[in-house]
Amino acid sequence: MAIAIAAAVPSMGTASEDQVTANGPQTAARKTGSTMSVAEDAVLPGHRPSEALASDYFALLKPRVMSLVVFTALVGLMLAPGHISPVIAFVAILAIAVGAGASGALNQWYDADIDAVMTRTRRRPIPSGLVAGEDALAFGLILSVFSVMILGLLVNWVAGALLAFTIFFYAVIYTMWLKRSTPQNIVIGGAAGAFPPVIGWAAVTGSVSLESVVLFLIIFLWTPPHFWSLALFKSDDYAAAGVPMMPNVAGAASTKRQILAYSLLVAPLGVLPAFLGTGGLAYLVISAGLGIGFVYHAFRVFRMAEDDRSMKPAKAMFRFSLIYLAGLFATLLTENIVARLAAAWSA
Amino acid sequence: MEEDGIILNEKQRRAQRSRSLALGIALAAFVVVVYVATWAKIGANILQRPM
Repeated sequence: MAIAIAAAVPSMGTASEDQVTANGPQTAARKTGSTMSVAEDAVLPGHRPSEALASDYFALLKPRVMSLVVFTALVGLMLAPGHISPVIAFVAILAIAVGAGASGALNQWYDADIDAVMTRTRRRPIPSGLVAGEDALAFGLILSVFSVMILGLLVNWVAGALLAFTIFFYAVIYTMWLKRSTPQNIVIGGAAGAFPPVIGWAAVTGSVSLESVVLFLIIFLWTPPHFWSLALFKSDDYAAAGVPMMPNVAGAASTKRQILAYSLLVAPLGVLPAFLGTGGLAYLVISAGLGIGFVYHAFRVFRMAEDDRSMKPAKAMFRFSLIYLAGLFATLLTENIVARLAAAWSA
Repeated sequence: MEEDGIILNEKQRRAQRSRSLALGIALAAFVVVVYVATWAKIGANILQRPM
């Protein structure tokens, strides 16, 4: 098996034309050779053997996004009523993580031109020339199919279908369509990032219910203020890449108003799990406190002067938004684990 | 005797080894996951199917 893998791998990575350097005598030798092996065939004119490490392919999966997806999916899975075998639960989380990573690879394949322009993304594997676009596409597609099939076959098909829809939504609806065409891109596209807890929940129950929809809505409504606070202080980057983010299209003032509006929506919604039974008293207190903090930061962004170049309130809002979401889900998870331990202790 | 075909430089060889290793580990992990999950899902019931 190892030999077969090694033979297959050279063709996995072929560099794009603009970063190819002459391969000199090796290429010349190949051209004049009387026989063609598979390995030779893999190196076409204008290409050279890849220098991409496994870690470059791993970077295509957007590991940091993947870790957030794993976390929120795990919370959905743990909160869901009913029993799931720990092995099946592990498979579900793994499949969701790989599916999320696959959509990240498809996103990087399609967005390589944008990524090459933006300082935040220009060192990604495709714009840096380490991985060829078509390899990233194949990588993303294969992982998409595998993750959905595994989730469907080994967990259940409601979860599998939701994962398939999430990958499609992120790669096609968001990346290929919305991102370049409307400043509402991340509002609608935010749905892709909001699905993991619903998938985790469905992995246990085989259904979608109000509790999981509320978890979905929290992430969905959190996404615009989170991304727009980033877009406020990175607007030049997005403008250079031609991505119609809200500050570039509607202006900073309108963006600040909308950040405040979404924050006023998400703060009370964030408390709702406490009234649906998915969160307890600790969650009620913490989510209310975090919600007040979220609105406070949004208000500071709203009051930020037009000529404020340092944009400290926007940067603070961006950082706090991460704490807010992580705080809500971590509290839900902690409460759930404590309740399980207490139940096991008293049994 | 000169080697035929593509001669990889050291960086390319290292990269190829890294990818081969990762792919091997991923495939092995996939087999283990499918095996263990099938066992967890079906378990002893596999013996109780109608013959």
